[in-house]
Amino acid sequence: MNTRQLAKIAKRVGFWALIVLIMVYAVFPFYYAVVTSLKPSSDLFRVELWPSNWNFDNYISIFSQTSFLRAIFNSIVVAFSVVFIALLLGITASYALGRVRFRGRSTVLLVILGVSMFPQVAVLSGLFEVIRALNLYNNPAGLILSYTIFTLPFTVWVLTTFMKQLPMELEEAAIMDGATPWITITKVFLPLMWPAMATTGLLAFIAAWNEFLFALTFTLTDDQRTVPVAIALLSGGSAYELPWGPIMAASVVVTVPLVVLVIIFQRRIVSGLTAGAVKG
Amino acid sequence: MSTSIKHDDAPAGARSFTTKPRRGTKVRRQRVKAAWLFLAPMLIALTLVAGWPLVRTFFLSFTDASLSDLGAANLIGFENYLVYEDGRWYGVLADSVWWQSVWNTVYFSVVSVSLEVVFGVIVALILNAEFKGRVIVRAAVLIPWAIPTIVSAQMWAWMLNDQFGIINHLLMSVGIIDAPIAWTANATYSMWAVIMVDVWKTIPFVALLVLAALQMLPKDCYEAAEVDGIHPLRVFFKVTLPLITPALMVAVIFRLLDALRVFDVIYVLTSNSTSTMSMSVYARQQLVEFQDVGYGSAASTLLFLIIALATVAYLYAGRKQIQLGGD
Repeated sequence: MNTRQLAKIAKRVGFWALIVLIMVYAVFPFYYAVVTSLKPSSDLFRVELWPSNWNFDNYISIFSQTSFLRAIFNSIVVAFSVVFIALLLGITASYALGRVRFRGRSTVLLVILGVSMFPQVAVLSGLFEVIRALNLYNNPAGLILSYTIFTLPFTVWVLTTFMKQLPMELEEAAIMDGATPWITITKVFLPLMWPAMATTGLLAFIAAWNEFLFALTFTLTDDQRTVPVAIALLSGGSAYELPWGPIMAASVVVTVPLVVLVIIFQRRIVSGLTAGAVKG
Repeated sequence: MSTSIKHDDAPAGARSFTTKPRRGTKVRRQRVKAAWLFLAPMLIALTLVAGWPLVRTFFLSFTDASLSDLGAANLIGFENYLVYEDGRWYGVLADSVWWQSVWNTVYFSVVSVSLEVVFGVIVALILNAEFKGRVIVRAAVLIPWAIPTIVSAQMWAWMLNDQFGIINHLLMSVGIIDAPIAWTANATYSMWAVIMVDVWKTIPFVALLVLAALQMLPKDCYEAAEVDGIHPLRVFFKVTLPLITPALMVAVIFRLLDALRVFDVIYVLTSNSTSTMSMSVYARQQLVEFQDVGYGSAASTLLFLIIALATVAYLYAGRKQIQLGGD
C-alpha cells in the first residue's frame, strides 16, 4: 500500500516536472531575449536570468532608426494586404470548391495542394522576372503579390473544408428564393464564415509577417524592407561586433504582437492548423 | 480543364447527384458556370505567381541569363547542369558544393523531422492528459511556432554565442564542457545548432496535429486496457500509435517538404557557410549574389524535381493512410 502511494506521488511529480520542462523549453528563448534587450550594453556579456537594472536604451536605439520604423510600417501594410487578398480570393474559390460539384474540381484541389508544396526557391528567378516586368521590384507591392503563392493555397484549402461543413438546407433555401451564387455567398455564407475567416486570416497574417526569402530577394533598399529582413541585416562591423542588445529589442518588438495573438486566439489557430493539415 | 467544362453541360447532373434531390438543369448549369467564375481570380493569381514563374525558371535554367540583364539570355542547352569542357566537367551536377548542399539538406531534414516527431508526440501526449492549467501550457507551447524564423534564429544565435552565450555558460558551469564551443562557426557543431533551432520552432506544429488526432480517439479501449492492467507503454505502441499514424503521416509530409526547402534558419545562423548550406541557400546564392540566373535556375529546378519526387514517392508509399481532401 505504502509503496503504491509512493509510486503514485512519484508519477505525479514526474508528470509535473515534465510539464515544467516543456514550458521552460518553449518560453525560455523568448524570455531570455526580453532580458537581454533590457540590459545596457555594458552588462550584455554577463549571463543573468534577471536583469539587475532595467534599461530601455536598446529600445530607444531601434525606435530612433527611421529604417526600422519604416520596416514595421511596410510589414504591417504587406501583412494586412496579403490577408485581405487571400480572404477575398479564397472565399469565392472555396464556395466553388466546397459547395458546387463540377468536373475538374479534384484537379483544381490537387493543383492547389501542389502549389502549397512548392519550394519558394523554385520560382525565385521566374517570379523575379514577373516582378521586374510589373515594375514592382524593391516595392512592398511586389511582396504582396509574391506572398499569394503561399497564403492563397492554404486559405482556399482551409476555407473549403469549413465551407463544406455548412448545412445544405441554407443554400437550397437561397436557391429556391432565386438568389444568385454571389448573393448566396455574401448574404448566406459570409456571416457564417467569419470564424473560419478569422482563423485563416490570422494564419495568413503570421505567415506574411514572418516571410524572409522573398522579402530579402525582392527588396533592395532599407526603406522598402520588412521587419524580418531588417532584423537579419542589423549588424555591426564584424561577426564579433553584432549589436545583440538592439537585435534582441527589435526581435521582442516584432514578436510581442504575435505572442499576444497566439495567447488570445490559440483555439482558433489550433483549429485552423489542424483543419489545413488533418483533413488535407 | 476546358474539356471538363464541356462534359459538365451534357449529362445535366444525372451522374453525380444520385443521392441528392435533382435540380433543374438551368440552376445547375448556372452554378457550374458561377463556380468557374469564382475560381477564376484565384487561378489567375496562382498562374501569375506560381505557374508562370515555375515555367520561366525551367526555361531560364537552359540559358546564360544574368540578374543584371534578364532579357539578354541565350539558350545554352544543358550547360548549366552538366557540360564537358577542356577535360573537365562543369555545371551544377559537377559542383561538389551542390552535392554537399544536397547532403546537408537531406541530413537536416531527416534528423530534424525525426526529432520533431518524437518530441511532438511526447508533448501531445502530455497535453492530452487532463490537468489544471492545460490551456496555459498549450499557449506556451504555441509560442515558438508563432515567433518569426528569423527572430528565433537570432535568439538562438545569441544563446549559442561562443563567448557570451548562456548555453556555453550553463554547460561549462555544470562541467559538461571545459572550453566554450563555437556552435555556429564550427563546422562540426553548426549543423546541430541549425537542427536545434528548427526542432524548437516546429515541435508545436507536430504536437498540435498529433493532439488533434489523440482527442478523436475512442475512450473505451483505454478504459478496457486499464481494467486489464496492461502497461501504458504497451497500450501506446499497440493502440495509440497505430491510430494516430495517419495524422503523423500528414505531419511528417508537411514538415519534410518544409525542411527540404529550408532557407531562413540556415541563412541567418550560419550565412553561406558550406558546412550547413542547404539547396535553397545554394540556389539563392548563385541567383542573387553571383547574379548567375541561368545556373541558379538550374539548381532551383533540380531542387524542385527532388521535392516533387520525394512527394510522389511519399504519397505513393502512404496512399492508404492519406485520403485527399474533398470527400
